[in-house]
Formats: sequence, structure tokens, C-alpha cells
Amino acid sequence: MNRYPLWKYLLILVVLVLGFVYAMPNLYAPDPAVQISGQSSALEVGQNVLSRAEKALDDAGIDHFGGELQGKSVLLRLNSSEDQLPAKRAIQQALGHSDYVVALNLASTTPHWLADIGGKPMKLGLDLAGGVHFLMEVDTSTVVKTNLEGYAADVKTELRGVKAPYRSVEVVDNREIVARFRTEELRDRAVRTLRKEIPQLQWQQSGNDGNLAVRGTLTEQEIKQLEDYAVTQNLTTLRNRVNELGVAEPIVQRQGRDRIVVELPGVQDTAEAKRIIGKTANLEYRMEAKPNALTTTKSYFEYRNEQDRQAYGGAWLERKIIITGERVADARAGYDENGFPKVDITLDSRGGEMMHRATWKNVGRRMGTLFIESRFTPETRVDADGNETVVQKRTDDKKLINLATVQSALGRQFQTTGLGSPAEAQELALLLRAGALAAPMYFVEERVIGPSLGADNVKVGVTSVQIGLLAVLICMLLFYRVFGLAANIALAFNLTLLVAVMSILGATLTLPGIAGIVLTVGMAVDANVLIFSRIREELRNGLPPQSAISAGFDNAFSTIVDANITTLIVAVILYAIGSGPVQGFAVTLSVGILTSMFSAIMGTRAIINIFYGGRRVQKLWI
Amino acid sequence: MSESNAKDIKDNEYMGRRIYDFMRWRRFAAAFSVLLVMGSIAALVVNGLKFGLDFTGGTQIEVGYEYAPLIDDVRNELQQAGFEGATVVNFGSDTEVLIKLPPEVAEEEIAQEIQEERLREQEEVNSIADEVLTVLSQHSDGNVTLRRVEMVGPQIGEELRDDGGLGMLFALVVVMAYVALRFQYKFSIGAVTALAHDVIIVLGFFAFFKLDFDLTVLAAVLAVIGYSLNDTIVVADRIRENFRKVRKAEAEEIINISLTQTLGRTLMTSATTLLVLMALQFYGGEMIHNFSLALIVGVWVGTYSSIYVAANTLLLLKVTKEDLMVPVKEGAVLDDMP
Repeated sequence: MNRYPLWKYLLILVVLVLGFVYAMPNLYAPDPAVQISGQSSALEVGQNVLSRAEKALDDAGIDHFGGELQGKSVLLRLNSSEDQLPAKRAIQQALGHSDYVVALNLASTTPHWLADIGGKPMKLGLDLAGGVHFLMEVDTSTVVKTNLEGYAADVKTELRGVKAPYRSVEVVDNREIVARFRTEELRDRAVRTLRKEIPQLQWQQSGNDGNLAVRGTLTEQEIKQLEDYAVTQNLTTLRNRVNELGVAEPIVQRQGRDRIVVELPGVQDTAEAKRIIGKTANLEYRMEAKPNALTTTKSYFEYRNEQDRQAYGGAWLERKIIITGERVADARAGYDENGFPKVDITLDSRGGEMMHRATWKNVGRRMGTLFIESRFTPETRVDADGNETVVQKRTDDKKLINLATVQSALGRQFQTTGLGSPAEAQELALLLRAGALAAPMYFVEERVIGPSLGADNVKVGVTSVQIGLLAVLICMLLFYRVFGLAANIALAFNLTLLVAVMSILGATLTLPGIAGIVLTVGMAVDANVLIFSRIREELRNGLPPQSAISAGFDNAFSTIVDANITTLIVAVILYAIGSGPVQGFAVTLSVGILTSMFSAIMGTRAIINIFYGGRRVQKLWI
Repeated sequence: MSESNAKDIKDNEYMGRRIYDFMRWRRFAAAFSVLLVMGSIAALVVNGLKFGLDFTGGTQIEVGYEYAPLIDDVRNELQQAGFEGATVVNFGSDTEVLIKLPPEVAEEEIAQEIQEERLREQEEVNSIADEVLTVLSQHSDGNVTLRRVEMVGPQIGEELRDDGGLGMLFALVVVMAYVALRFQYKFSIGAVTALAHDVIIVLGFFAFFKLDFDLTVLAAVLAVIGYSLNDTIVVADRIRENFRKVRKAEAEEIINISLTQTLGRTLMTSATTLLVLMALQFYGGEMIHNFSLALIVGVWVGTYSSIYVAANTLLLLKVTKEDLMVPVKEGAVLDDMP
């Protein structure tokens, strides 16, 4: 009696071994490191960059080791995290600011064989690792408004075309276009035309004598699409900007309908982060300068593209800016009627007007598009008292990405052709879009955790897990003797499994997450307590030891399942409603419930079976 | 074991075991619970919950000094620098200081950002935290380090509050449905009454002692729901089993038997959970202090409620054997046919 078939032992053994293996990466503390990558993805970072960086560190007297090339970047390991900032400064100085980004990083020390089978340590949340967390809200109402304003301009054109003079055309309450007319006949004609020519909007007649109007509204679905588009667009733009910061493993994610979360581990300077995240207008349209123009009215810009730069060098453009990137609503690559690649550009209504005004007299001239990359370089300033302060100096780097001849007066929508290849069109469209935020955004939440607090949090978290665990182990041993020992082994097994599952899932460990682990330790033994008190009861009822063990496990089973499922329900709800830290708690709690059910029921049973199973037992130490 | 030799309770003994007469005190316990709940509601109405930053919005800044500063000095320095209405308290140790600025400051900062965004003037973004740190560094001999900044916009707080409340109600409803499905509706009413009882008392505790109620405490309250439910289910499970097993006994006696049988487990689990919570409370640091406190209160109340509130409600609803009959399966009837 009380013997498991071999496959059950094997199953437990396999799970145990897997658990150990996948929990193992967490034992290897990562090395503090600096990572060097190119400003643009085209730039190869190779062996010579590595040797220059190593030399810079040697000169600065900073110990380093394990320099290696990782794809397109270079990683250098350091002895202590205090060396990271000086090292970053030294390398940045040696390599120059224009081509390379130097970021602080943590280099994994997980052995290769472990990494090869997918082993990786748990990610630490911001409250443990330190860093910046922003929540930004996208002002989607302006997108709808901008869109309607664009339509309003079209409405005017259409109505002029069919000779239906209107009293006014305006956008009301950011959600509908109202066109007013003097006579019913005019209004009816307007409705017919608008329904036919601008079917994207839903047109309705309204009002009576003296207040005759046509109202155009977007469908709920289209508004949602616009909002989605705006948020996605802003997300892409933000990602591009965050990449400029050179942060290891940044998170830029959509949250809910109109919010975006940005998490930058290791970043301390919020001002710098905010500046870069919040910067706008990195695109400019200018006319090419006339050959005889005065030098004070024109500037020379090089091509951004290496090939073009070698072929043409650059071009003189006028100082006057027609529009900036914020006016670009959309840019898409496609093919024109002859099958050549092109980029369709859509401006917002004001941009359209400005573009029209600038181009209608300039057909035949060329117009250039400039792409602007801002860089922040630390600069040491010495004030009158001799105090050194480090300020972030902003430099704008403007490069030409496109120069095309204006074929006709341009409006809100126009296209650029004459591009070398579809890939070039794709890249141009991406660059045109990258500059623009589809809608304004602002910070609604901001959290910064200093590195010292993060380290403290890890320390207190670990201490409380240790003490809590120890207390529970002693308690179980005192109350249930041999069975308590079995439960304790199962508990250790459970913790290993919990860590392994969290690591495999790539879950982030937060301080509340650690609290969840502690709580799991306390509640995980509940299943064992239920089983053991049941066994005691059966013994008291006069069952022989072996039957008591069996009956105890069997009778407690459904209770354990019921109790755990209800707790799991609560944990899932917690995950659904919570944000950041609370979700961390919910994840550890749910994973803990699942692993504890396995280890407390199957694990403990296996140990007890090995101990007592299949032999005559007079007395149970319980 | 088997049903045939089940006996009545005799001389407070069932199957050779002394049965505690829990339900003898049930009227007293009911009065006690009602009193506690009323008191909690009164505290909630009079004091209200002191919502933390997560829910109200606002700014809080934690800074570390090299030596212990005088809190009054820090407050004055801030006041002079124009930070009106800043509250300054020690946080964790006497070298660490937590500064809370009223929600209006965060609101202003956000408004300013909107403005800046519209004007496209992003050259100078000076965060409040930088300003505060500059002010404090000027007045301090040693280094002042920034440990943590949290700025939450007011409408975020409002949403979190709504979501939190909604989540709690949702959890109660789902749990009620599950228990009704697995047990019987009287049990689910009992379980939910116990849960509501626990939640109200924990909230009342926080209102009475004017403790900060933030997102982690909300998580703790939800965990209390989970814990208390766990307890209640274990007891309910045994009550159901005994209703089916013990033939000749009053409902009250059956509940007494069940509670006695599960008492050991109830105490043991509460003890281990409380042990780890104590570890969290004393060693877990300031940031989860209130979290563990809420859970500790919750575990006490939850243990009590699974004995006296859930079981009491069952008696009040006049639970009977018939409520818990195993539904006769059609297959069983067929088996009896010749």
C-alpha cells in the first residue's frame, strides 16, 4: 500500500530537475557592464571600437574584463556598479558623441549551456532595479479634430465646385462638421454632393428656416480607428526616441485605450529622459535655394544616406521652413501608376494650407526634406565659484533625406516619386512618420526609483523570505515530525518551481511580488496541513497507519482543489484590475498556488510513500 | 468511516472525540460581528479612508540624508522655497525623509506639460523632484540623494479607485457563483457574508487608525478575500461532508463537529501565515508595511469569520440535510434495474 507507480516518481523527478535547472540562472549575479552601440543601425560596431573602448578604460584606470562583440554592439564587464558611470563617461569621451551610444547595462553571467536551453534569470522590476517609469496619455480628441478639420477644407472645395454657397463650415465640439446654408435648395444640393463625394462621413440635414444646416459625423468605429492609429503612431515614435537614450531593455507599451507606459531601467536623470521622449518636430520641408540667393538666406545640408552623399554631396536649401514634421499626419510607401515606388504624404489641414501657399508659385523648383536628430551631450560647466556642473547640451543634426521637383501646387495630400527602390520608399515613409506624434501626449504618472532604494528593497525582500521560510519550516517540523519534514522538502521544491516558472515566463519580480512569494510560503503549507490533520483524524478513528495515510490524502484532495481554485480566481481578478506592482503580486500568487498544489499533493505524497510505503508500520510520527 | 455506524453526538463526543460547542456562542459572536462591522462603517464614514498617492494623485519624493535631519527644518526649507502644503515625515529610518506635495502640484505640472506640448517648447523641463533636491541640498552639509519620486495625475488615481472597488465587487460575485455551483446557494451566501465582513473590518481598521490606503493595501485586501475564502471553503467542505455522513444530529451539532475537526488545521494555517506576515511586517521594509499590516488584520478576522460568520449564516438560513443531498444520477437508477 501507498506506493506510487514508477512513472509518477519519474514525473516528479523530471519536474524537479527541470525546476532546478531553470531556477539556476537566478543564482548567477549579473556583472555591471557598459554597452556600446551605433547611433544608427547602419553603423557597424566592431573590433576596433572594442579596443578603443578598452584603451579608454585602461587610461582611466577602471578595471574591466570580458569585452565581447554581441551582434551590432560591444559589451564590457566591470567589477563594480560604481565604476559604471565613470566608465560610460570615459568611453563616450574617447569614441565621441556623434556616432556611438554608450549605455549602462547588466551582463548576464549565466553559463552558455544554460542560456542555450533558454535559461534566464527573473527580470527585476523597477522598484528593485531602480529606474524611471512614465505613464503618458495621448490626447486623442485632437486627432479627431484634426481629421475633421481636414474634411472641412474638402467640404468647402466640394461645395464651391457645385456652386452651393454656404454661410459657414466649421468643426463643432471636436466631433462634427456643420455647414450652414441660406436656402433649402442649396442645402439639399449640398447634402447630395457631400454624400457622394465624401462618403467617409455620415451626412444629415438638420434645422429649419433661418438655421439650415448639414451635419457630418464620423462613425464610432472610425473614431476608434483614428484613436488606435494615433496611439500606435505615438508608440512607434516613442520607441525611436527611447532608442536614442541608449537604455538597456526599455519597455514602451500601450496600456488601455489611450495610454503608453515607458519604463527605463537604470535611468536616473528624469529630466534628460523627458526631454528626449518629449521632443518633437524633427522633420522640416524647405525649398531649394535659388543659385543666386544670398548666403544669408540659405544653408547647406548633406544627404543622410551614404550613397547619396557620395554621389551628390548635399544641397543648398532656403532658411525659411515651409512646415515641420508635426504637420505630417501620415506617410505611406506605395507604387505609382507606372509601377515606380512612391511615398504618399498626408498633412494636417494647416500644414496643407501652408504647403499650398509655399508651392503654388514655385512649380518646377525643388523641395528638400530634412531629418533632424537631436543629441544630448553632457557638458561640464564651471561657474564663478569654481563649482562644476554637468549640463545636457542639445545639438540638432540636420540631414537631407529627399530632394524632389515640385510638379504642381501641393495641398494636404501629395506624393514623392523618383525614389531609387521600394526599400528606399519604405525607409523614407518611416522617417517621415517617425518625426511626428499623431497626437499630443503628456505625462500623467511618473515614478523614479533610485538605485539605493532598489538595492535596499532587494535586501529586505530576501531577508523577509528567509525569516518567514525558516519560521514555517520550524513550525511544521515541531507539529508534524516526519510528515513535517516531508512537507518542508516539498516546500523547498515548491519555491524552486515557483522561481523556475517565473523565470521561464519572463515574469518581472517586484517588491509586492516578493511579498506574494512570502505569502505563498505561508499558504502553501496549508495543503499539507489539511492532509496531515486529516491523517491524524483517521488514525484517531482507528484506521491502521497505511490506510490512514491513504484516506488522509484522498479526503483532503477535493477540499484543497476547491480552496485553491477560489484563491486563484481572486488572483486573476487582481491581475486584471491591477497595474505594475499589484500585477507582480498577482502573478507570483497565482504561480505559487499552482506550483504548491503540485508539490504539496504529489511531492509530499511521494516522499511519504518512499518513507512509509509498502511496509508494515506500527506507528506514524505525526 | 462508513455511514451505517455513524452515531449521534453523545456527551459532547463524536467518534471518540470531544466536540467543542462553538455554536453555543453564536449569538454573542453575531452581536460582536455586527458591532465590529458597524464600528468599521462608522470609522469609514467619520474618518474616511486616507487614500494614498496611488488613488488621490499627487507627488511624493523620498530622499536620503547622510545624517538624520530635523523634520521641521526640512519643512521650513521647502516652505521658503515656495512648496506650500508639503508634508514631511520620516520614512523607515531617521535619515530617510518622505515629502508629499498636494495633488494640485502634480496637476499644475501636468497642465504645464500640456501647455509646453502645445507650444512645442520642450527645451527646459525641470521636474519638481529636481527642484526639491536642489533646495534640500543647499541647506544640507552632506549629500542628499533622491531615492524615489512618484507623481500620479489625479484622474489616474480616480480610475484606480474605481477599478479597485469594481474589482473587489467582481471578486465577490465570481466567488459567490463558484461556491453556489460547487456547494449550494446557502453556502455561497455564508461565504460572501464572511468575505464582506472581513473586507469591511480591514477597511474600517485602516480608516480608524488613519493609515495610508494605497495600491499595495488594495492588493492585500484582495489577498485577504482569497485567504478568508480558503478558510471558509475548508470549513464548508467539512460541513457538507458531515451533513451527508452523520445521520442523527441537529444542524447545530453537525456544524460543531465540523468546526472541531477543522480547528487544528485552521489554527495551524493561520499560525504559519501569520509567521511569514510578521517577517514581512518587521523585515520587509517601509514600502510594504501597510500591505503586511492589512494582511495580518485580515488573517485574524478571516479565521474568526470562517468559524463564526460563515457557519452562523448557514444556521440562520436553516441549512438542512436536503440542501446537500448528492443529486441522484440517472446512471445509478439504471444500475438498480434488473
